[in-house]
Amino acid sequence: MCVMEDNKSGLTRRQFMAGTIAAGVAASIPGQGLFKNAWGSTPKRGGAMKLGLAGGSTTDSLDPATFSEVFDQMSTMGLYRNPFLELNRSGELEPELVTEWSPEPGAKVWNFKLRKGVEFHNGKTMDADDAIFSINHHRGDDNKSQIASVVKPIKEIIKTGKFEFKIILEEPSADFPYILSSTRMPCVPNGTTNFEDGMGTGGYILKEWEPGVRAYGERNPNYFKEDRAYFDSVEIITMIDDTARTTAIKTGQVDIINRPDRKTARLLGRMKGIQIIDTPGGLTYTFPMRMDQKPYDNVDFRRAVKYSVDRESLVKTILQGYGVPGNDIPVPSYVKYAANAIPQRMYDPDKVKFHLKKSGYQDETVRLHVADMVYNGAVDTAQLWKEHATKAGLKMEVVKEANDGYWAKVWRVKPFCASFWFARPTVDWILSMTYVTGASSNESAWEVPHFDKLVKEARAELNEDKRRAIYFELQRILHDDGSVVIPMIANIVDAASDKIGFNPVAGNVELDGFRACERWWFKS
Amino acid sequence: MDFLLPLILKRTGFAFLTLFTISLLIFVGLEALPGDTAQAILGQGATEENLAALRKEMKLDLPVHTRYVSWLKDISHGDLGNSLSNGRPVSEMIGWRFQNTLLLAFSAAMVSIPLAIILGLVCALYQNSWLDRILSTSTLSAISFPEFFVAYILILVFVVQFEMFPSVALLKPGMGMMEIVNVLVLPCLTLTLVVLAHMMRMTRATIIGVLSSPYIEMAQLKGVRKHKIILYHALPNALGPIINVVVMDLAWLVVGVVVVEVVFVYPGLGQLLVDSVSKRDIPVVQTSGLIFACTYIFLNLTADVLSIISNPRLRHPK
Repeated sequence: MCVMEDNKSGLTRRQFMAGTIAAGVAASIPGQGLFKNAWGSTPKRGGAMKLGLAGGSTTDSLDPATFSEVFDQMSTMGLYRNPFLELNRSGELEPELVTEWSPEPGAKVWNFKLRKGVEFHNGKTMDADDAIFSINHHRGDDNKSQIASVVKPIKEIIKTGKFEFKIILEEPSADFPYILSSTRMPCVPNGTTNFEDGMGTGGYILKEWEPGVRAYGERNPNYFKEDRAYFDSVEIITMIDDTARTTAIKTGQVDIINRPDRKTARLLGRMKGIQIIDTPGGLTYTFPMRMDQKPYDNVDFRRAVKYSVDRESLVKTILQGYGVPGNDIPVPSYVKYAANAIPQRMYDPDKVKFHLKKSGYQDETVRLHVADMVYNGAVDTAQLWKEHATKAGLKMEVVKEANDGYWAKVWRVKPFCASFWFARPTVDWILSMTYVTGASSNESAWEVPHFDKLVKEARAELNEDKRRAIYFELQRILHDDGSVVIPMIANIVDAASDKIGFNPVAGNVELDGFRACERWWFKS
Repeated sequence: MDFLLPLILKRTGFAFLTLFTISLLIFVGLEALPGDTAQAILGQGATEENLAALRKEMKLDLPVHTRYVSWLKDISHGDLGNSLSNGRPVSEMIGWRFQNTLLLAFSAAMVSIPLAIILGLVCALYQNSWLDRILSTSTLSAISFPEFFVAYILILVFVVQFEMFPSVALLKPGMGMMEIVNVLVLPCLTLTLVVLAHMMRMTRATIIGVLSSPYIEMAQLKGVRKHKIILYHALPNALGPIINVVVMDLAWLVVGVVVVEVVFVYPGLGQLLVDSVSKRDIPVVQTSGLIFACTYIFLNLTADVLSIISNPRLRHPK
């Protein structure tokens, strides 16, 4: 790990691979609009861009501690504000507000250098005080922030110069800087109490904002990135209704939309002037089985459940082909250290019967708790699964839960339910958030001391090969013995007018890593 | 007419009692729902610690009755409080949205009420003719479809096929009169189609009912022309029931149009209420709920007063 420089030109191996994968996906789907847009068309400045956004509500807030929807997080990603580091499309870190980052030996202390001469929209120069304030906003006992547990490993932040600071961790962590790319941790001016004005360093200055209705921003003439934020102005309109978004893009009332209905996306892509942007992504659908409850404490029973679902058919019917079967590993294939070599688990009625018999729970009825708010099609997934399982000899019952209060009353409470995650950027982040003892989001009560020890060991390991080996072992354990069924991982699907140009798109979250407003442009 | 004033005063007094009861019901109802604002905001990211911290900041850690009494105290001073989820003043969030809702309801009413009454009269006049049948069938079909379906059909025809109007009815600051009208056409037309049949059928039925009375026969024997009979003899006596239906539809136009708001991306009160309920944002839900309740109470009162005025027997009680 060392000092990083801007590396904008040149295609890395990972980028090339990701491009080829995307090409493979597109080639297998005739009539797909992906290649209507020539990659690498020269970015141009100008134009008033309008974006129809699903995932916004009248209760949205611009306080980074309580971001709840897509809009809030988009505002961080170069729109009104910036995170400290940028996650590029291959899942690697690039300089943003922080230009240099390096660990002291042992990776327990990290030094950061901020970019000089960056101004907030109010003219104030961004410095170390702002950075420390922005990180501390999520720290401390009694903190209300959603990512309070993510920044918990930070022991102390010390200002070491006007544009430099040092972070001391409780324990060594080789991937720590990734936390500074969080969509929930933008840099805001020191001492901010009212966050609703959207004050930041971003490419657009927030002019009008009404939560759940629209936000309008004009280009920041002082933006520190020359080659970003191409539009003159950006208007984001909240459109909850699928049909409203589709009609709006069809008739040119908006230029970009997210989450076009998967069922009709292919037809939409065939229309003149519209491109569907389909990117292999990190939207992971999980079905945690709580290990602290019977019969899910039995590894054979868990295996029987894992073999009882026909993943291919779920991808075909629920995702309409926009996704890949999951392998019960929460790490999407594009993430560094993903154990892609582990063979894909298939639907296997014989193995279901074998493991059921071995577990001694042949007569047990599995109750799968789901609600449609988890994701569009969650209840359908459960119904299909029930069909597959019944055919394989596993008794299953689908319990439809209320949408309201699902995360509080069902998730982490019922022994077997549906959930989803946008995969975090590193294996360490994914595992330490959801698969270690005491982690707040440990949805399946996966508490295995040996596993915890390995996670900790990998976190402190600076040798690439050794880390890779440990992470492989960890993912193998989850695949074989783990307590979460991951039947499918969805692609990220957006749609845009073909006047919109972009470079290869990131798939970690929708709209090019939430950065469409900053990264995309009008071609003419 | 002197007896009207005491009636209005008495009903207003009762209205306050009703509002108080409603506010209590809303509060208890929201408390009974699973989860609270803190949980709704933090969602999957909730831990024991950050939940506790957020609850403390929102004062959700206080007992239910304390929170209700303090809300009641504030509102009696005219302070609607701040939204729990984003800290904005409720009055600021609701004010312009309620205006938008009223604007849409008012425009839909301006189109649908005269149209419904005229069509109802025409149907009564040409009872059982082909015109009557076509009008009845088509309006009844329109009311039978769910609103969003009517809206989608209109969008398909007027936005996608003919590109006459926008499907995104977003009102922005600084829009001119013509722009606003242009944007309102489709949502307004949808609502008109949805409420038209109700009022029209009622008008038709009442008028036909009145037409069988002896005094109408007398007028016919006198040789009064048919349209005059309907306008001068039948309509005034049919006004009571018509007013009631019209007012109930008006109330629905104000409080029940959330689906149309969502389909046309129209920023009204309905969407705010739905979002706030799902986030358990009590101050916002309370205020919206009370506004809706007031609308019903006020319109009901108006209906009663108008019925009394239109009925000579009630106007001059012995």
